[in-house]
Amino acid sequence: MREIAVVAFAQTRHSAVDEGQNDSELILPPLEEVRAATGLRRFGFTCSGSCDYLAGAPFSFVSALDALGAWPPISESHVEMDAAWALYEAWVRLQHGDVDSALVYGFGKSSQGDLREIMTLQLDPYYLAPLGLDQVSFAALQASATGADRAELDEIVRRSRADGRANPNALDLPDPTGEETEVAPLRPYDIAPITDGAAALVLAAGDLARELCERPAWITGIAHRIEPHYLGMRDLARSTSAADAARAAGVGKGDVDVAELHVQFSHEELILREALELPEGTRVNPSGGPLAANPVMATGLIRIGEAAGRVMDGTASRVLGHATSGPCLQHNLVTVMEA
Amino acid sequence: MGNPCAVIGVGQTRYTTKRHDVSLAGLVREAALRALEDAGLTWKDIDAVVIGKAPDLFEGVMMPEAYLADALGAAGKPMMRVHTAGSVGGSTALVGASLIQGGVHDRVLVVAFEKQSESNATWALSTHLPFSASLVVGAGGYFAPHIREYIRRSGAPGHIGHLVAVKDRRNALRNPYAHLRIPGIDQRMVESTPMLWEPIRYLDTCPSSDGACAMVLAAEDRLTGSTPAWVLGAATRSEPIFRAGRDTVNPQGGKDCAADVYRQAGITDPRREIDVAEVYVPFSWYEPMWLENLGFAAEGEGWKLTESGATALDGDIPWNASGGVLSSNPIGASGLIRFAEAALQVRGMAGEHQVDGARRALGHAYGGGAQFFAMWMVGSDKP
Repeated sequence: MREIAVVAFAQTRHSAVDEGQNDSELILPPLEEVRAATGLRRFGFTCSGSCDYLAGAPFSFVSALDALGAWPPISESHVEMDAAWALYEAWVRLQHGDVDSALVYGFGKSSQGDLREIMTLQLDPYYLAPLGLDQVSFAALQASATGADRAELDEIVRRSRADGRANPNALDLPDPTGEETEVAPLRPYDIAPITDGAAALVLAAGDLARELCERPAWITGIAHRIEPHYLGMRDLARSTSAADAARAAGVGKGDVDVAELHVQFSHEELILREALELPEGTRVNPSGGPLAANPVMATGLIRIGEAAGRVMDGTASRVLGHATSGPCLQHNLVTVMEA
Repeated sequence: MGNPCAVIGVGQTRYTTKRHDVSLAGLVREAALRALEDAGLTWKDIDAVVIGKAPDLFEGVMMPEAYLADALGAAGKPMMRVHTAGSVGGSTALVGASLIQGGVHDRVLVVAFEKQSESNATWALSTHLPFSASLVVGAGGYFAPHIREYIRRSGAPGHIGHLVAVKDRRNALRNPYAHLRIPGIDQRMVESTPMLWEPIRYLDTCPSSDGACAMVLAAEDRLTGSTPAWVLGAATRSEPIFRAGRDTVNPQGGKDCAADVYRQAGITDPRREIDVAEVYVPFSWYEPMWLENLGFAAEGEGWKLTESGATALDGDIPWNASGGVLSSNPIGASGLIRFAEAALQVRGMAGEHQVDGARRALGHAYGGGAQFFAMWMVGSDKP
């Protein structure tokens, strides 16, 4: 495989409420930031991730292309998935050997709709969606199957929110309190907050990466796997797809200093820690993770960017970025990056 | 452009107005199973699945890869979802090919579909983001002014579009999968249909179809099935929809994309060196327009090629021997069908609409406001 690294990453200061910016306006500042960081205005390949259902109208990626400029015409693609998969597509494209740089970005405004209901629309439309179980109900089923200790979950939320308060891009959320449940056993604070935001990242190959960045975050492993859609066909307490992706990405080949996990519900951290076989010493979600800011469709990319950032700034030497998609961690992507 | 990649299996469903008998999962599985059968493979031989379709709002299923993973044998494997508007079928094939060209996988299943009967596409295509008023109805409403501008610039006579409509529908009569099958179609019949978006008449437009298309792509040391179609060149180009000064009649993105593919495939004179082309023509007038955009004719001259019969099945550069998008349009799959039909031609497997001795074929797709382009050139000889 060709040497590819993350050489720049930027994200918005995410917001819990609609601040009146449209998708294009959200994505512009992070785009400009990674362009300034690398000095690149043109990229060999560009790929983005977004979801039309967040905007409630088709083709949300079309206006993003206007924000990008895209002139003269660019080589470009889009995944209707979290932008972590756009990064994967860009990494694959760079493996061809004919282009050396790629721009990846993702954006989402979940403040515009009812995310719980919107996510329900990704279920099997004939047998599952009509049942009326929304995203949180599904997650609650998984939380029950996990049998997680309440104190353990509270600690995950407390730690994530505290780290989020120290992260200028994440939301300012208080320590978890209250006994009420959203859907048992999940409490409101176990659920990632509604967030608007965007992120952009630059990949570069070989010598170009060394030229653009003092300490590139080299991607030494990247893989993803999907599982059956139907919850009855899975052991909800485990994530075989995350485990398989982690093995394929070579997570176990060394220490993991930092792992940024796409945890949208507190119990998912427990499932993922086990599936990824993270050592005790691994620092999980020092950015606060999605429990502190969850701009849907950019959240997975942000995990990779946040982890890469730890390598680039010299505070870590081997890190992991994780992204997930589908109900109850159906689909998982794992990226290992090293100094 | 990376490692050699070949098409070793193609599967299509019969395109039709409404498939009452299958779910979305049943539809994509039907195409995928046919592609696997063509390649002589089973689900377990596939390393990864790439799925594409046009906007999720069409069927009301968001990110359908999650739901369709089981039907496509993807559980335990990597699966990706591509969406680049109308060009998505082409882009889906290119992402699949990329996985092989980049050396990541050996055998990839690509699938694209649309079940348009589950939606109202014209309405879905008219819905705009808040704060930008929609001034058009459907894709025809958007593209008609560009067609009128083409006619103004080129001085093309008014019947050229009808010639394309007749030619493609006649070709469709030779394609068992084609949706519109209109025996005895002629120019008079097209002219007699209602005007929808001037100058586009009812029979100058594509139908709304249910359907899916699938391909199995393989690395050079993992070939199975009969004759492979080798990918000789592959490229995408995108440009902003609202850029001032953008030429929407002859978009730069299309020209650049074609030039990139021709460069990779070693083509210098597309009209002489390409044997057959499957080009995304959803409105009949887009044949002369794309003849120019893709370098088959000089600017302003495309309609003359169409009028001369050069693009007919027995012409020197047959375009849309399958009947094209004008005869079958499951939107998300339409681009992949172009790519797959190009592969069938160079494999000599296009049946009654086979162009004799086709060795190099172009597959083309476009989307958005004629701003997204995906193309590939396939050939019978290994690059």
